[in-house]
Amino acid sequence: MIALIARDLRLAIRAGGGFGLGLAFFLIVIVLVPFGVGPEALQLREIAPGILWVAALLSALLSLDRIFALDYEDGSLQLLATAPLPLESVSLAKAVSHWITAGLPLVIAGPALGFLLNLAPAAYPWLILSLLIGTPALSLIGTFGAALTVGLRRGGLLLSLLVLPLYVPTLIFGAEVARRGGEGLAVQGPLLLLAGVTMGTVALMPFAAAMVLKVNLR
Amino acid sequence: MMPDLGDYAGAVLSAYAVSIVLLAAIVVLSVVQARSVRRRLDDVEDRDNG
Amino acid sequence: MSIWDYANPKKFIATTTPLVPWFFGLAGVSLVVGLIWGFFFTPDDFRQGSTVKIIYLHVPSALMAINAWLMMLVASLIWLIRRHHVSALAAKAAAPVGIAMTLIALFTGAIWGEPMWGTWWAWDPRLTSFLILFLFYLGYVALWQAISDPDTAADLTSILCMVGSVFALLSRYAVNFWNQGLHQGASLSLDKEENVADVFYQPLLLCIAGFVLLFLALVLLRTRTEIGRRRIRALEMRARRQEVRA
Repeated sequence: MIALIARDLRLAIRAGGGFGLGLAFFLIVIVLVPFGVGPEALQLREIAPGILWVAALLSALLSLDRIFALDYEDGSLQLLATAPLPLESVSLAKAVSHWITAGLPLVIAGPALGFLLNLAPAAYPWLILSLLIGTPALSLIGTFGAALTVGLRRGGLLLSLLVLPLYVPTLIFGAEVARRGGEGLAVQGPLLLLAGVTMGTVALMPFAAAMVLKVNLR
Repeated sequence: MMPDLGDYAGAVLSAYAVSIVLLAAIVVLSVVQARSVRRRLDDVEDRDNG
Repeated sequence: MSIWDYANPKKFIATTTPLVPWFFGLAGVSLVVGLIWGFFFTPDDFRQGSTVKIIYLHVPSALMAINAWLMMLVASLIWLIRRHHVSALAAKAAAPVGIAMTLIALFTGAIWGEPMWGTWWAWDPRLTSFLILFLFYLGYVALWQAISDPDTAADLTSILCMVGSVFALLSRYAVNFWNQGLHQGASLSLDKEENVADVFYQPLLLCIAGFVLLFLALVLLRTRTEIGRRRIRALEMRARRQEVRA
């Protein structure tokens, strides 16, 4: 499993783009927001946690279709399915490598982009923490979505239609943590719920993704 | 014998209109699809037997 | 004789075909009587005025929007566990009806909300979760349409329905947490105190019965259509194979 993660990471680095593209997208969305809502600092401060979370979610979405597509096309997914490693572990490994290439950079870049949106100083630690806890759920749910659409030629649009509604609880709790943190309110409630959502997806999504992969590889 | 709907006549009537249109749409759609599929099925089965 | 006998498509069609017109008829009668009763012969509410008449459409459609999804979930589970094709097709057949019900609930809600709350739309937990339910329905239907192999499509949509149910429930509680709402509590509950007054209650029950019957009639009819489509596909494929051989 670790070998699989390492292989995926190597492929992502060699292909380039893996790290960079999602981050660039994240940056562009954040830069576009003030053009849309105006440059007033207070207004930006108010919406910053939500915008950062939505942008993080969208840029995680951007790289989902590559989780399985390349392996499916060159047949290595078939090999993985017949390998002794269960498909559940394959899905988990894929989710982990997606998180390292797409989720972790967001966690690191999030605070930097927070400056652009005049994020409240008190919100920074909570933003980082909520992204750190929440983005694994995005990768796991996304792996399930990618597994659902792996056999389809134009699965990209469908993938977002399927995955985005599933992101709602993560988004609500994640943005709530950052917002409450910024306003100096108690964050324990949403933080625990966010962690709960992530734990739940860790426990369940690999199995759902493996079920779906088995169907698609028949 | 229209009841007196007061100020809200527009709201109540448009709610009924929207709902009835949507219900009618799904019923008509279902019936039309059922008919066309049945007709095509009859064709295909005729060809299959003939 | 067990319920699983109806999993045979022939048996299903033979049994349900004579039932469909009855269901449509009964649904029509209870809807017409219930709505006319509600519209013409119930008093206005002392606070909400005549807008209370919208309840006869809003509550039943909202109820059916959720029940349709539950029915799809049960049918999907039956398909995944026992592999009865009729069950998978029934789930597929129910989805567009569920979409229509969700839309009716959303539209009547918006029209009711405008005079009562002064706004068409509010990000209230109930409203928001219905919008999310609508998105789930759209994704489900889109996935059915995207996949050409029927068994693969049935499997994938069933799993999506299962996963979606978990997340829909989760979202329901998440939005509760996120915003306190304008929407009143349950209109129908076992607790008498919370219930709507009797004058509204009786026609409302009749309308709910009408919506349930209409849903059943539509699902049976649409399931039959889906079975027919499946059979056309099978026959055409067989014909093509024979051409190739000839």
